[in-house]
Amino acid sequence: MPDDLSPRGPDLLSVPITVNGQERHMRLAPWTTLLDALRDTLGLSGSKKGCDHGQCGACTVILDGRRVNACLVLAASKEGSEVRTVEGLAAPDGTLHPLQQAFIAHDAFQCGYCTPGQLCSGVALLEEGHAKTPDEIREWMSGNLCRCGAYPNIVAAIGEVASR
Amino acid sequence: MRPFTFSRPEAPALAIAGKDAASRFLAGGTNLVDLMKYDVERPAAVLDLGRIAGLREVTQAGGTLRIGALVTNADAAAHPLVLAHHPLLADAILAGATPQLRNMATTGGNLLQRTRCHYFYDRQTACNKREPGTGCPAIGGVNRIHAILGASESCIATHPSDMCVALAALEAVVVAQGPEGERRIPMAEFHRLPGNEPQRDTTLGERELITAVEIPAWDYGAHRTYLKLRDRLSYAFALVSVAAAVTLEGGRIAKARIALGGVAHKPWRVAEAETMLQGQAPGEDAFAAAASLILRGAQGQGHNDFKIELARRAIPRALHQAAHATPQSHVEKRIA
Repeated sequence: MPDDLSPRGPDLLSVPITVNGQERHMRLAPWTTLLDALRDTLGLSGSKKGCDHGQCGACTVILDGRRVNACLVLAASKEGSEVRTVEGLAAPDGTLHPLQQAFIAHDAFQCGYCTPGQLCSGVALLEEGHAKTPDEIREWMSGNLCRCGAYPNIVAAIGEVASR
Repeated sequence: MRPFTFSRPEAPALAIAGKDAASRFLAGGTNLVDLMKYDVERPAAVLDLGRIAGLREVTQAGGTLRIGALVTNADAAAHPLVLAHHPLLADAILAGATPQLRNMATTGGNLLQRTRCHYFYDRQTACNKREPGTGCPAIGGVNRIHAILGASESCIATHPSDMCVALAALEAVVVAQGPEGERRIPMAEFHRLPGNEPQRDTTLGERELITAVEIPAWDYGAHRTYLKLRDRLSYAFALVSVAAAVTLEGGRIAKARIALGGVAHKPWRVAEAETMLQGQAPGEDAFAAAASLILRGAQGQGHNDFKIELARRAIPRALHQAAHATPQSHVEKRIA
């Protein structure tokens, strides 16, 4: 167990990351997570901090085409990457992503706190092609918790978009 | 998280040269970053392996399947070579964690996962694994998830990985590079029992870097299963899991390999049970006898006593699934 607790840092690192199609240059301490960089440095507060331990999925973003828990990613390790957050799901003219529209149609949320993570996870799931049956949607969405229990409606919303 | 210095070595040799006791290699980060947030891991330096080339390939040569250390769990489970030659590994990986975590977690990192013992994670409590010599509050404490096999007086933690259980059953070899060159470590010798040094999860050296995992050829096809029993239908660590594969010849078992997860400080494999099954007709008597051999010496800690009976039933069920070529589905949860 390394226990060298001598002070070190801040040593800010230059971290260019493309966020929702826009290249952003950030100066970050090495211990800044991607979630904190998005929320605190870029002001993109759509991605939510739920548990901050990779257990709830509220921070889910799409990193280089893959859904990940942004709270467990050190931003400095993703220099040059592309991130898609809930703010980047709608078209530039504001037209909602089909899954966002389906969430509204199916009333797939109550408090809405987990919704950005559910949407990013769901969009990635649709691209992965693991949404062929309700069982499959449930299994492949297991990383996104919903304390309000909107699960049946979330499964229905994803299922509807998948079946189109 | 405590401050640390951060670097991105571009070759294994540079990573190894920069490694010392106070630094940590960063791969997927799913476990390390979490442990740093809990102040359980306090590295002075983090060496990010992300820029190292050549560790992200899945290849096959001479029958041996080789998976690079930085291949993500998601990519390994979906890789055509893995699905064609070692579907048991894909089954086990897909039984673990979530799509998000599997997209981040790597083969090498999964091998080095730390236990999910509540006391290990809680700095307010003693823990021989976290701080050697302070004691083990899990013994006589809350120990529903703890070990029933191979535990010691200083630690009753379990290894949490699903992937490693399949790798153990498939007799994989961990390839590691260190200051003295390359070393190949059989899975059976990679993870260790706690003994009186529970702080050491594996036999990997401080300055060794895992570069790949190799799995020898064995064509078991659909005669395999990864049966994982847990508190929820998805996204929970195993209470008991069984990786099993068999090959049959003339209606008798020619070869059987069985490893258990969730029950010990390492994937639990008992060669005697596998040898005993050889030449036997697959059936409940033989399977029950195998379970008895595998669970010989099993001891509960109170809350986890149920695991002994759970494992005693899970092993024959898994062997039944393997013998009948009906692998457990991780989407449809019904247990065949």
